[in-house]
Amino acid sequence: MAAIDKFEHWYHNRHEYAKEWKKRTGGKVIGTFCTYVPDEILTAAGMLHSRILGSHEPQDVTEPHIFGMFCPFCRDSLAQGLKGRFNYLDGIVLAHSCIHYRQTFDSWKAHIPTEFTYYLPMPNMVQSPSAKPYYLGEVAKFKAALEEYAGKKITDADLDRGIELTNKNRQLLHQIYEFRKTDPPKMTGTEALYVATTAQFVDYEEHNKSLEEAIKELANRQVDRDPGVRLMAVGSENDDVEFFKMVESVGATVVIDEQCAGTRYFWNEARIQPDRLQTISDRYVERPPCPTKDYPERTRFPHVLQLAKDYKAQGAIIMQEKFCDPHEGDNPILKKYLEDNGIPTLGLEFDSTNPLGPFRIRVEAFLETLRTDDLF
Amino acid sequence: MATVTKYPTEPLKCWNKAKELRLKYYKDYAECKQRGGIRWSGGAWAMDAIPAGLGDDVYTLTSEPYAASVAFDPKLNAECQSAADAKGWSRDLCYYMRTYWGSMYVNKYAFGGEFPKPDFVYQTQICCSHHKWYQHVSEYKKVPYFTIDVSVGAYKDLDEGKIQYVVNQMQESIPWMEKVTGRKFDDEKLIAAVNSECRTTSLWAEVCTLNKAIPAPLEEKTMYALYVLATLSKHSKEFGDFYEELRDEVKDRIARGIAAVSNERCRLITDTQPPWSYLSMYRYMEKYGAVSVGSLYTFALEGVFADQPDGSWGPRPTPEQLGIKIRTREEALRIYADWNLCKPEWQHFYDPQIKTDIMLRMVKEFKLNGVILHLNRGCEGLSKGIMENRLGLVKAGVPVMTYEGNMGDEKEMDYPRTLSRIDSFMESLGLGKLEN
Repeated sequence: MAAIDKFEHWYHNRHEYAKEWKKRTGGKVIGTFCTYVPDEILTAAGMLHSRILGSHEPQDVTEPHIFGMFCPFCRDSLAQGLKGRFNYLDGIVLAHSCIHYRQTFDSWKAHIPTEFTYYLPMPNMVQSPSAKPYYLGEVAKFKAALEEYAGKKITDADLDRGIELTNKNRQLLHQIYEFRKTDPPKMTGTEALYVATTAQFVDYEEHNKSLEEAIKELANRQVDRDPGVRLMAVGSENDDVEFFKMVESVGATVVIDEQCAGTRYFWNEARIQPDRLQTISDRYVERPPCPTKDYPERTRFPHVLQLAKDYKAQGAIIMQEKFCDPHEGDNPILKKYLEDNGIPTLGLEFDSTNPLGPFRIRVEAFLETLRTDDLF
Repeated sequence: MATVTKYPTEPLKCWNKAKELRLKYYKDYAECKQRGGIRWSGGAWAMDAIPAGLGDDVYTLTSEPYAASVAFDPKLNAECQSAADAKGWSRDLCYYMRTYWGSMYVNKYAFGGEFPKPDFVYQTQICCSHHKWYQHVSEYKKVPYFTIDVSVGAYKDLDEGKIQYVVNQMQESIPWMEKVTGRKFDDEKLIAAVNSECRTTSLWAEVCTLNKAIPAPLEEKTMYALYVLATLSKHSKEFGDFYEELRDEVKDRIARGIAAVSNERCRLITDTQPPWSYLSMYRYMEKYGAVSVGSLYTFALEGVFADQPDGSWGPRPTPEQLGIKIRTREEALRIYADWNLCKPEWQHFYDPQIKTDIMLRMVKEFKLNGVILHLNRGCEGLSKGIMENRLGLVKAGVPVMTYEGNMGDEKEMDYPRTLSRIDSFMESLGLGKLEN
């Protein structure tokens, strides 16, 4: 198996991976809701972070729990729990972000027996000077709760290890994303999605090792496909690889993303400070924000534009998870912002299962508009 | 057929005054610039006692009740929605937000004239729409914007770190307001406003608690016209005085056995905002002798409750009632933060079980026969966890009916089907129509 293919294997076998990890290490597996959970602390505690994601299959088990006007992602994620697919989890943690996903956590807590459940308050007003001291206090409480649950202190050395492994993972993800900048890109968007998403549920040591191998491999890769139009994918959580495969089968390559199953998860490192918990908590306050936390100033838009420029995106697909209010509150303005800055956009509304046929037609039409010079 | 008790009933004496106060509020906002006043806009959960420190001529437009007023005008509402659609906003976004934006885009004020531009916006955030709402208003109207993040978790888990985060943001907002208005902030006015808000919101809770009486002296459709004052300006002394007058009148109705609905024989509560275009459904329920005595929404959107010495649910005693004298800005803000964070309608944002427990308590203390849940497509905040609330109530043996609608979009409500559901629900409760 090529090193890059390891990520695809993990992506499709995530539950088997976590069960095997648990058996092999004897450690606890903690399901994480939202990318604002500080994985550093879980890693320091010797636990496996395991982000809860959907399966992109039709489901009929969440209607009694979550009203249908809430986003498909929160319902798809809950469905995985109700169907017992995460029955190996020892605990779950939610970091405060959007109210949609909080419902998944609430219903999971109420209906799926789990040893350890923790709601981690995380400031939404990250631009306030009061946000950092507040989150520092909450991260300290989270650490104490994990210590109590595990019956073991998390030492400074443990925290150093947690910070080092997660930061190294972020550095390596940046390195591998460099291969998306090249012309032609040495890595497809689909491959990048496998790589970035699996960082959210694979042991960092193993993920880092595979990243290092994949980086070596990609450095020598000869690209034998026509990359077509360079696209950005921006918006709500999206780990739907079938969508990316479709886009990349009709004359395009997704060269960069801005979403929480991609760059938003790993883009910034924890800045090393004398206080280890401050190092960790500040990292989440400073990270590229989810729209839920991007106010009063819109810091997200310039970041999105910079990514588009750095990766030479010729257009952007704005992925709107149906009913995702935080992104719905950004997208019309983001669309104008990108277009005013020379990045044409295509908006698509996503569900748990996506209509790839109609989407293909729209993506092809979008690509055609971007290739106008070649056509005429 | 069992005899149905007929209770005496009569209109509320203070009804017209409530209407007059509401209209005056909207007119004051529109006209205050002519008198050199300041106007700001924010949500009904904005910390409105704080801008009161800028002077006695500071007026606010709270956006949710404003949008509900627009929803009552189908023509203007449709115009506002079309304008929001045209700007690309999703139809499933908060309906009040879309309406407010629409009113701003078409430049029409529901109470006449052009849409009045605020001098600044001052908001809180507990739901995902709150900050997006005013971020856009600020950009569109080019006015300064401040938001206080109050989403720090359930009140039962409140600790020093959480309350300090909220207080710190309140503190940050004061020099900001001084800067954007050029006015000096008066701490004495802040302290008076905090005390006034505690009085107003506690008095409203007291009025709601009186509805435990059988027959209920008030019914929910009427209460919508009364609770709204607290959503307009919680710190207003005038509104506090009105609630005191209302409380005394409601007490008098109870003493004289005056019912809101003369044929009361079934007591219900509802949940979330009602579909404002279809309030006639409450009158339809009365044909069965069913009266909605309120809801967590009507009671506690602004009402502040606490456990009473006898263990029952009732108004939270105000700092003044407890003999607490607020001396400094920090003390005022700390009391103010604590007062707001305990609001019952804020707790389900963190755990639906808390709301289910409150509803079960209401079922017991208000002697209810059932609960009607509005699955409100127009408000994700108050619909959060509502299906878990349903499950919790059903598990506890409480009859529950749900219906899907939208507080602001009449097109998203199937009214005949909703009435049919009410028919079925009443039948399940063993009730037939008393009249047609």
